[in-house]
Amino acid sequence: MNLNATFIAQMVVFFILGWFTMKFVWPPLMKALDDRAKKIAEGLEAAEAGKLALESSSRQAGDEITKARSRAAEIIAQAEKRSVQMIEEAKLAARDEGGREKAAAKAEIEQETARAREALRDQVAALAVAGAEKILRREVNPAAHTELLSQLKKEI
Amino acid sequence: MAASTEAPNASEYIVHHLTHLTNKAQKSVIDLTVVNFDTLFWSVLMGAIGCFVMWRVARAATAGVPGRFQALVELLVEFVNDQSKNIVNNEESRKFVAPLAMTVFVWVALMNSLDFLPVDLPAMILGVTGLDHVIHAHRIVPTADLNGTIGMSLGVLVLMLYYNIKIKHLGGFVHELFCAPFGSHPLLWPFNLLLNLIEFAAKSVSLGMRLFGNMYAGELIFMLIALLGATATWWGFGMHMVVGTIWAIFHILIVLLQAFIFMMLTLVYIGQAHEGH
Repeated sequence: MNLNATFIAQMVVFFILGWFTMKFVWPPLMKALDDRAKKIAEGLEAAEAGKLALESSSRQAGDEITKARSRAAEIIAQAEKRSVQMIEEAKLAARDEGGREKAAAKAEIEQETARAREALRDQVAALAVAGAEKILRREVNPAAHTELLSQLKKEI
Repeated sequence: MAASTEAPNASEYIVHHLTHLTNKAQKSVIDLTVVNFDTLFWSVLMGAIGCFVMWRVARAATAGVPGRFQALVELLVEFVNDQSKNIVNNEESRKFVAPLAMTVFVWVALMNSLDFLPVDLPAMILGVTGLDHVIHAHRIVPTADLNGTIGMSLGVLVLMLYYNIKIKHLGGFVHELFCAPFGSHPLLWPFNLLLNLIEFAAKSVSLGMRLFGNMYAGELIFMLIALLGATATWWGFGMHMVVGTIWAIFHILIVLLQAFIFMMLTLVYIGQAHEGH
């Protein structure tokens, strides 16, 4: 328990060590701690922002999907309507075509009939003339009997 | 246990272990021409080791993922910084006081930890290397020397006075010395001054004495335990191991606790210097 000059030296050492720590140890450590705190804060902030962005983009994606789905349904409905329409049109066109062909055939038949009748009429006239010739056994002047013949032709 | 040829008796052994390595024998209680080389050597060495290790950590410190040792030092830094923020109410002062408090903690803890070395190991090393002819006596724990602890507590006293004057200016400080705590009536001036002087003295002396007393007693008990083993009986040998182990484990607590108390009181005393009455 003797006091001597040692305590004065110890006091000096005390201040030197304190100064050393203040100068060389404390600032870098505090800087590292503060920097890390800032880094962590930034990281948390970024995570929060990322979460928000994810939320909004997933909401957007959902909207897009709904829109696409309704658009697809619309397209399908349109296509169905169109196909029904096309079938109707085809049916109508076929019906028209049939009618037209039928009419044309009818007309042709009529034409043929008329032609046949004309020919028949000519042949009957000739036959009649030949018959009359035979009956009369003589040449009849066709010119003199033209009127009669044409009247006969009409009657046939 | 003592490695000398003629075995000393118990009191000689203890007296030998409590003798410092000095430039000359100290005759009076206070003699400023005497220097304890052992105390100075070990305290400077421990301070240098502590500061060097902290400096190495600080230099390599990154804001990224810290290593284990960096995390340990950062834990200490955060802890001391929080304490000083609570206690010392001045941003500018904290720039010096907080690092000082951390140094004090590390330094005192390291100096106290020298107590864990076996009490006879330094003497044995000196004996083996032949240095015991030059170094006739040697005490290894600087904080078990009153000079070591009083030196630090007087450093704290200097800081108390410095911050008192810096914060309150000389006039304010002198006014406080005379007018607080009883009142500013001139009749009360002597009592105020006396009480304030006693307060400053008590703070410094108790700060130094507390650490010294704890470490001195711890050292003394280690010596007594070592004397048990020196009885060279099975009982003494067993008790040396059992009691020595128990006391050493308990002493780990004391070493860190006293370092912590010294640090906290340093902060508290300097913090009080920042507050007016």
